[in-house]
This record gives sequence, C-alpha cells and structure tokens, in this order.
Amino acid sequence: MAAISTAVPTAVHAAHAAPKVKSSIRKLNFFYGHTQALKNIEMDIYEHAVTALIGPSGCGKSTLLRCFNRMHDLTPHTRYEGEIRLYPDDVNIVSPDVDPIEVRMRISMVFQKPNPFPKSIYENVAYGLRVRGVKARSELDGRVEAALRGAALWDEVKDRLQEPGTALSGGQQQRLCIARALATDPEIVLFDEPTSALDPIATASIEDLIISMAGSVTVLIVTHNMQQAARVSSYTAFMYLGELVEYGPTNELFTRPREQKTSDYLTGRFG
Amino acid sequence: MASLSPSISIEATGSGVADIRANVARRRRWDVLFAAFGLLATSVGVITLLALFIDLLIDGYHRLTPDFFLSFPSRRASEAGILSAWVGTCLVMLVTAVVGVPIAVSAGIYLEEYAPKNWVTTLIEINVSNLAAVPSIVYGLLALGLFVYALGFGQSVLSAGLTLALMIMPVIVVATREAVRAVPHAIREAAYAAGATRWQVTRDHVLPYSVPGIATGVIIGLARAIGETAPLITIGALTFIAYLPDPPLSTTPPYVSFDWLWSGFTVLPIQMFNWVSRPGTAFHANAAAAGIVIVVLTLLMNAFAIYLRYRLRKKINW
Repeated sequence: MAAISTAVPTAVHAAHAAPKVKSSIRKLNFFYGHTQALKNIEMDIYEHAVTALIGPSGCGKSTLLRCFNRMHDLTPHTRYEGEIRLYPDDVNIVSPDVDPIEVRMRISMVFQKPNPFPKSIYENVAYGLRVRGVKARSELDGRVEAALRGAALWDEVKDRLQEPGTALSGGQQQRLCIARALATDPEIVLFDEPTSALDPIATASIEDLIISMAGSVTVLIVTHNMQQAARVSSYTAFMYLGELVEYGPTNELFTRPREQKTSDYLTGRFG
Repeated sequence: MASLSPSISIEATGSGVADIRANVARRRRWDVLFAAFGLLATSVGVITLLALFIDLLIDGYHRLTPDFFLSFPSRRASEAGILSAWVGTCLVMLVTAVVGVPIAVSAGIYLEEYAPKNWVTTLIEINVSNLAAVPSIVYGLLALGLFVYALGFGQSVLSAGLTLALMIMPVIVVATREAVRAVPHAIREAAYAAGATRWQVTRDHVLPYSVPGIATGVIIGLARAIGETAPLITIGALTFIAYLPDPPLSTTPPYVSFDWLWSGFTVLPIQMFNWVSRPGTAFHANAAAAGIVIVVLTLLMNAFAIYLRYRLRKKINW
C-alpha cells in the first residue's frame, strides 16, 4: 500500500477506495543505445482495470508498453534501468536476472497490425499453449474455444478452425490475435494501438472486447486516439518526451487535467 | 507577385494540348528505346542457349537410346554409355546434399537469427559471400590436400561429394539468410510475445516460412554442382569406369552399405569431357548426348525449384 501513495501524484486514491495494485513502475529509465526513451517513470497499474497510455508520437508510450513483456530484449543495444514490479510475487520483470520468456508467459501482447501466423485459426490460438508443452488434445480444444469465445470470435469461426488465420478480415484477424493472447491465461494483456489498422466497425468491436475483459484481466493499452482512451479505460497516463506528465482516473484526467501540457494535448493544441 | 501566378497558369493552358502531347511523345521515346534494347538483350541470352541446345540435339540425339544409359564406357563409340557416369553423379550429389544442405542451412539460420550483430559476424558474412565467388578449381585444390590426402579419403565418391558440398555451401548460406530475412519481423514478435524460445520461433515459424527460398537456393546450388568438372578432375576422378560402386541398399542384412562412399567414381561432365577430347566424330556424338542429359537434368532441377517456390509461396500469405 505504501507503494501506491508514493507512486501516483494524483487523486487516484481519494476517488477509489484503494484498488489493488498489479504492477508498480519505479524509477524506470530505458535506453536505445545512448538515447534515453523513458525518463524516471513512476506509476502503478491497477489490477483488473484498463489503463491507457496516451501522448503524441515519440512520447515513449509504446516503449513503456514493450518493457512489460521485455520485447526490447529482441533489439540489440537496449537497456532497462529501474524496476517494474509485478505482484503478487513482487518480482522485478525488467531485471536482467529474470528470464524474458518467464515474463512473456505471464504478460501477453496484441500488436498494432494484426499479425496472425500463416497457420490455421486453431493453431494460431493454440500456439502459446503448444510452446508451453501442452499436448493433450482435449485441453487444447477447450482452451482454444474459451479463448475464441473470450475474443468474441467463436461463433464466426467455429466451423472453420482449420482454415488459415490469414484468410480472415482485418478485424477478425485482430480478434484472433486477442484470442491468442488470452489463451494462456495472462495476468496482464498489453495492447499496442490495436485498432490503428482497422475500420470504425472493427474498432468498435475491439473496444467492446477490451471493456469486457476488464474485471478478469489487467489491461494496458497504448492509443493515439484520445476518444478511445476515454471510452475504454479507467485510468489514463499522459506521456510526453519520455516522461510521465500526468496519471489518474480517466474521467478526472479528461475533465480536470492538472497539468497545462495535458490540457494542451487534450484540446488539440499539439500532438 | 500576386499577378504572376495567374499569368503563368493562363499561359500554360494557352500553350495547349499540342505542347503537352509533344512533351509526352519526347519522353515516351525513351520508353520505346529501352524496351527495344531490353528485348534484344533478352534474346541474346535465350537464343544463344537455344542454339547450343539444338546443336547438341542434332549431334547427339540419335545416341539417346536406352542402351546409352545402361552401358559402361567402351573403346567402341557406338557401344559406349553413361551408366557409370550417371550413377556416379547421383551418388556424389547424394553426399553433397546430405552433408552440404544441413550445415549450410544451419549456418545461415544461425547467422541471421542467433549471432550477435558485431564485427565478427560481419567478417564471417563478407567471407561467406566471397567464398561463393571462389573459382571451383580452388575448391578442388583444397579438397585434394584435405580430403584425399590429409584425411585419407582417397579418390572416392566421398571426397567428391564433400568437395562439391564445400563449393555449394556459400550459395545455400546466402540463399538461406535472404529467405530468413524475408520472414516479417511482426511474425517473430508475435511468437516471442506468446512465450516462445528462440529455438521454438525458429522451428515453428522462421524455418517453415523460409523453406521456399531455402529450397530454391539448395536446388540452384545442386544444379551448379551437377555440372562441375574442374574440382573433380583435380581430386582425381576417373575417366573410364567399367564397374558400379556397391549399391547403398541391398536385400540382405544389414541392408544398408556405405562401401560405395570409398569407391572410385566418374560423373557426367567428366565422361563428356573425356569423349570430347577423343578423336573421331562418333565419340563427339556421345559427348553431345551426355551434354543433353546434363542440360536436361539442370533445366529440370531449376524448373522444380521454380515450381516448389510457387507452390509453397501460395500457402503463405502474411
């Protein structure tokens, strides 16, 4: 609980009776070579809620998101400093001592552009389970169905699970990717601008899906669309030039921003 | 300044469609010129190949009888055949493929997916690319010293296969790397994000999706090896063989034999070379017939590579 009070210089705690913290970011710095992309980020992510990261291009919101599943480890010459503590076991997931595979088994991700594998719908969803060594057909079948239902895709694809995932429409592909992310029962699901490549109708269905997921899973979403953040999230963080400018409950941040920068961004004066 | 832009636009429309047409026609001329030159350039290649092949056909067609494929070389041109040569080619290619392909494909994948990007990798990269351009006779000299003498494999099918494997490995490494690089980064990210290890990403995604490109490289490499003569002469291929190596498979235990690896050998291009260097048009007809076999084999392999690429690519849409 001490963690919460030091982390967020906002009215989060006054408004909500001590929501449970899933993860706390402490003094997080991140570097691409010599370029510092994240500067001293301090932030708590609340369990079973949707938290949105907004800000202009290049503000570091995607970089922050990708720290959560150690995606930066795939790029040479990147470096984390500080901590992202994941509860309940209080492990620092950006520590070099923690295997990134372990982190990715607990935190899954949906990307900006739908990226299904050129394999069947079934295999796309089952992949996370297969890499963990799940072989029993009955278990795979059950969890694939549950994940596809969770991603509101089951009714559309239940009769053609063996067809290639790449044959689906853009919106369906993105829901397939969400099913893939859900199949492994993650503690947190990361969304990196999940609707930027989709039409308005597909966008609406993805947003509904994200709203429905809150309550059972912690969601962290990066979006360049402020309305989207307002629609889907309970908490919003505004980032600018690699720094966390303001963080608080979404309705407060949008209606009564405390920082001038936030207010300027929300009213479209820059970004 | 304000009056300038309207006057320009009036002038431009005033100068009319005729000027625009003249302008387009002037630029179009280069289109036509290049198309003509390109057609000429393409024809040079195709017609030359066709002429050579037709010439071979005219000289050697009458020798392409079943007996030609089932006879050993002979002093009499009309009785001579390519049995030992094509069997030798098949066995040497088998060794080349079995040894060369796994090593080269592994090396290519390692360099692209695993190796850290530093100056050592860059150095290896440059070396591999250069090795692909080393004249084949140099591989022959290396193989003579290494396989034939140092390792004591002698003038055998094994030495020949290893020599050609060395020769085509750089080609396959380069093709593998290109194919692996063509797998979209988004696919790798998706697999890693699902919790896969590097090996799982390679085995489940990178390798299967790059098979069309790798297969093309392998077949082009083998097609190059099949016509190779110089390095095999260097390591001591025989030019007159009237026996076949022990068969690799048999009906009696232990069913599989590897004695053929140590057998002396000849291959199609060497048999052809031998006949060309003999006096008398009868042997030259044999050489032409052997040439047809090599050319057809090579064309078939390349056609298969194209077919394979087409078939496999159709299954993969990103």
